[in-house]
Amino acid sequence: MISTKLGGRRIAVTGATGFLGTALVERLLRGVPDCELVLLVRPGRRSNPTQRARREIFRNDAFDRLLADRGKDAFWEEIDRRVTVIAGDISQDGLGLDDDGRAAMADCDIVIHSAATVSFDAPIDGAVEVNLLGPTRIAETLLELGVKPHFIAVSTCYVAGNRRGGAPEQLLSDSPFHIDVNWRDEVTAARRARADFDAESRQADQLAEFRQRARHELGAAGTPLLAAKTEQVRRRWVSEKLIEAGRARAASLGWPDAYAYTKALGERALDESRGDLPVSIVRPSIIESAWAEPRPGWIKGFRMAEPIIISYARGLLKEFPGVPEGVIDVIPVDLVVAAIINVAAQGPADDGSVPVTQVASGTRNPLRYRRLVELVSSWFGEHPLYDRKGQPIAVPEWSFPGRGAVERQLDRVQKNLERADKALKLLPLRGRQAMITAEVEERKEQVERAVGYVKIYGAYAECEALYGVENLLAIHEALEQDDQEAFCCDPGVIDWTHYVRNVHLPSVVEHARVKTSGERSDPDARTARLRSRVLAPERHLAAFDLENTIIASNVVFSYAWLATRNLPPQDRVRFTIKTLSEAPGLLALDQRDRTDFLRHFYRRYNGASVAEMDRLGPELLADHILMKAFPAAVRRVREHRRLGHRTVLITGALDIVVNPLRPLFDDVICAEMSQRHGRYTGELRSVPPTGEVRAQALRDFADAKSLDLAESVAYADSSSDLPLLDAVGFPVAVNPETRLASMATKRGWLIEHWEKAGGKTDRLLPLGPLPMARRSMK
Amino acid sequence: MITPRPGFVLEVDRQTPPILFHHGEGFRLEKLPVARSRVIYPGEPLRGLDDPDAAIRQALLDPIDDDPLPSLLWPDMKLTIAFDDISLPLPPMRRPDVRQRIIESVLDMAAEAGVDDVHLIAALCLHRRMTEAELRHAVGDRVYEAFAPHGLLYNHDAEDPDGMVILGHTDKAEAVQMNRRAAESDLVVYVNINLVSMDGGWKSTATGLSGYEGVKAHHNVHTMRHSRSFMDQDNSELHRSNWRQGEIIKSDGPRVFQVESTVNTNVFGQNGPMSVLQKREWEWSISDRATFTAMQAGLNRMTASARRKVFHSWNAPYDMTSIQAGEVEAVHRKTTEMVYAQHLVPVTGQTDVLTMGLPYLTPYNVNSIMNPILVMVQGLGYFFNLYRGKPVVREGGVLIMSHPTPWEFHPVHHPSYIDFFEQVLADTTDPVEIEQRYEKQYAEDEWYRHLYRTSYAYHGVHPFYMWYWGSHAMQYLGQVIVVGGDQRAVRRLGFKPASTLMDALEMAEDTVGSKPTITHLHNPPILMADVS
Repeated sequence: MISTKLGGRRIAVTGATGFLGTALVERLLRGVPDCELVLLVRPGRRSNPTQRARREIFRNDAFDRLLADRGKDAFWEEIDRRVTVIAGDISQDGLGLDDDGRAAMADCDIVIHSAATVSFDAPIDGAVEVNLLGPTRIAETLLELGVKPHFIAVSTCYVAGNRRGGAPEQLLSDSPFHIDVNWRDEVTAARRARADFDAESRQADQLAEFRQRARHELGAAGTPLLAAKTEQVRRRWVSEKLIEAGRARAASLGWPDAYAYTKALGERALDESRGDLPVSIVRPSIIESAWAEPRPGWIKGFRMAEPIIISYARGLLKEFPGVPEGVIDVIPVDLVVAAIINVAAQGPADDGSVPVTQVASGTRNPLRYRRLVELVSSWFGEHPLYDRKGQPIAVPEWSFPGRGAVERQLDRVQKNLERADKALKLLPLRGRQAMITAEVEERKEQVERAVGYVKIYGAYAECEALYGVENLLAIHEALEQDDQEAFCCDPGVIDWTHYVRNVHLPSVVEHARVKTSGERSDPDARTARLRSRVLAPERHLAAFDLENTIIASNVVFSYAWLATRNLPPQDRVRFTIKTLSEAPGLLALDQRDRTDFLRHFYRRYNGASVAEMDRLGPELLADHILMKAFPAAVRRVREHRRLGHRTVLITGALDIVVNPLRPLFDDVICAEMSQRHGRYTGELRSVPPTGEVRAQALRDFADAKSLDLAESVAYADSSSDLPLLDAVGFPVAVNPETRLASMATKRGWLIEHWEKAGGKTDRLLPLGPLPMARRSMK
Repeated sequence: MITPRPGFVLEVDRQTPPILFHHGEGFRLEKLPVARSRVIYPGEPLRGLDDPDAAIRQALLDPIDDDPLPSLLWPDMKLTIAFDDISLPLPPMRRPDVRQRIIESVLDMAAEAGVDDVHLIAALCLHRRMTEAELRHAVGDRVYEAFAPHGLLYNHDAEDPDGMVILGHTDKAEAVQMNRRAAESDLVVYVNINLVSMDGGWKSTATGLSGYEGVKAHHNVHTMRHSRSFMDQDNSELHRSNWRQGEIIKSDGPRVFQVESTVNTNVFGQNGPMSVLQKREWEWSISDRATFTAMQAGLNRMTASARRKVFHSWNAPYDMTSIQAGEVEAVHRKTTEMVYAQHLVPVTGQTDVLTMGLPYLTPYNVNSIMNPILVMVQGLGYFFNLYRGKPVVREGGVLIMSHPTPWEFHPVHHPSYIDFFEQVLADTTDPVEIEQRYEKQYAEDEWYRHLYRTSYAYHGVHPFYMWYWGSHAMQYLGQVIVVGGDQRAVRRLGFKPASTLMDALEMAEDTVGSKPTITHLHNPPILMADVS
């Protein structure tokens, strides 16, 4: 009996937070009542390993069955009693263990290593550290501790590489197709690649390029945000280069991707460094949702086939490469778990060799690619997903083209979308029109993802290797009758039709949280929900930008109005022509740097009379500001005030222009101009509150008034206001321009479309009214 | 000169040409169903006074039930001249405005008497402030330039914390509030233009120089529902309340010397391009028809704001038909007689369906935008109430009005209207509920108060008064249909939209039964139905 063979043993498990690891832990706790577990868990960014284990392992629905069986208190009592969580990290030499950790490891009878970077497109250096060096590090640590537990390393069938025909259960070095590369050289090369690309990314022209890209994405968002974005772009670039390098290196040696390549070399490294440690290797193929345990369809995370299936059901993936008569080697997770436990129960080989067990379905119970596609497509024909308008989505029919054709088609779509996106971002769009960029961006991302799937997974659909499972079947055969049921690892039991239609697809669809009914979701409901959060009484502060948020105007317009107020008609024409001719230059300067633009522009006020400007204030309000105001914005300010929120106008506009609006707000933070002898100098008293200065001004203001910005709201219209919006807990995009529109959509911010009161036509440049002509006396 | 013909009720027969319906800044010609429709036409403009200035002087020197104005003036006195604001007359009249003529005469007499302390106040209550151009138009450039630069000619400010006084309370506990300068004057000369029978009398001072505290006594749903109609002062709770306040002004307020004037219905001129609009359709000449067609074609090619500009630049060639001065009530009796003489048209029996074509103008959108709330008040407030005896339409009947009703607002003049429309009406259209739940909040709002005082905004509470103005009709009518209006805006008002008059008449039959009787109110020029 398995339960007696493993009863009372201490079993260490790495990778317990993963899909396979969680299933393994659950089954050991439930199926082997007396064993104890030591879980090696990497500390999270904000949580210690024990908390992380609780959250990511034991609260997973895999444990629902055990929880129901034991009851809540007994369940947690049992976890505490049987499970020891130790902090550790596979990617560090010595596993990053402390003394307690080492002691716990030294005490184990069995070590199951299931930690891996399963992402097929991980940067090469990361994959090398975890997948290649991980098993070796564990072996070395155990040897160092002077203990010899049975070490079971979980690998993958795909270490056999891209080839047709049989791939038996044997060590790679025994295979005739073995290519002899030194794994140590590979490690050195991967580490050097990281250093090389990092150095390259710091070249001046590269950095300029990154800056350019960041600016394209954010617009004039201010130096700190642009710098952060630039660094993010740089890191992404390095990471992409490393992914590319991994894929290229793997392909050059005949593996489908960096995952299989590092796993394969990992096996080799382990074989070399294991000393006299008893080792077994278990190689599953593509692990998918559970056949029966802990319940049919159980799955954790959004894995390999799932995004492809969902993209297909959404009609997004119109083609996927693959050989129709080829075998898709899928294996339910519970069969893999059972195989590992059986290998553990069986114990290591007596002769000191390394037994390999492959857990795959392809030879024993093959699922052909065409059959799988048929099953998926007929199921979605009966259970379609629905689009946002509530219409069922018809699934495309795949014609099994080659990978090249699919990639080319997607490439075309992607290029078109990129062009559209670029063009749209150059247009001065606002509000509802700008929302189209958000849609294009969303579509672009979907296509990018589809391209990614094809690139990464295409090789698997085209792989025609057949994995032998003689050892696996022998293990199964050797089991006692009860164990054959409880720990079944024979792929022959799977009824593919039932599995795909009734087990896997329902689980995937449920997991993906997609629309599975035609009920129309109310598009206004989300906005209403966001709005009610913005207008919740417990908010502290509401900060408003001025231009295009409260009024459809800008500093140039206000200046034009003030400057022409006392001009006779002929001079007004000259003024209009002059100002309009300067417009392109001003616009360019504004897009480069808002602060420079304001400083430059405000020079024009040099010599203006302070008294005259004060006198014109109320008239400016009536004739210019209110005419251009969004009534809904004014209403919103007052709504916040009524709710007891502190309202603050925070703008780079001049105090002269802003003063008439003071009664609307509790506080005003704006640009102020210095005066001499009753005249304005055209010079600002301090840096105007724009970009990051504005965010800082808001922070200072909130600090001074003891208000919490996390509980505050900010309204603004452009990506140059990002620092302001980012500073608060509840950002609102008002009539956003294109960049902000797509950002706000992505981040799920409230977007308001406010319009001017209807009934007035816009003038090219708003001029002050003519001075009242004196009429002749009667 | 031919004697003007009185008002007239036309029974529509097969020979009747299509009838003119005003439709905002445009017109519609509509065929009315034969044998069950009638059209009420206003009387033709009465003859104006030959020498208005002489008549004014005569009225001031020989007032009714009061001493001659010169005898009420002395050198050290405080004299305040208050005058009607931009809401009168409609449309604004050609220069010189009646107010200018009267004020110049009064100022001449004050100068002769050596009065130094003179203030001129636009008695606008909670209306928007008048602009410099509008003040110049009303009082003339000479008066404007002599007084305005010294701060002696200005708009009334009902929200000036130091500028208002409570004179006392009526026996019905109604507060009587007044502009402090006027209240502390030795004499208030009130200069009125009595366009319709609602205007004038104690309403001039008790309302015009008052504020929210004072007018809320009668600007409420209860009063308006008990004013049947508010154009008929003998049956109007609105007037009874104002007259009660007048008693307090008489006993505790300043001495009031009331100068009232009336104008005729010469809105569009006896000749000229617009004159066709005040002719009866079957009397249109070939050139009238050509003018009308050309006007329609021209208007169709204009943008909405260009059309608005054209219409709002029209000044009526009104003639002054009477002037009387002296004691408020006696003067107003005479004035009312003169107004009735011009406006009353005898009408026999009520109708099932009342139709009206609403023009581009109400008292509250001079040089501004006629927003949907003003469309309501034009139809259900003013036009519906232009009756004496009983309403032209029977109780439970249908009102069909024609107006484009765009969802447009003047952001400077009507800020609280925008919010009233977006917030209050989105919630309910019931006047009682609106009054109870929302009035106070809008009336005491600091931002509206700021805009009313420093900009050119109607007071925050003003849209509520508009809604109350329609409350009698809302309660009385079975259905209201708007022809050719913005559907969303019409529905927001609680009315039904229809694209044509024929559709509207079909819809009306659901309420009043088939083959209903129809009466069209051919207004403007203004008429008042004397229904028996």
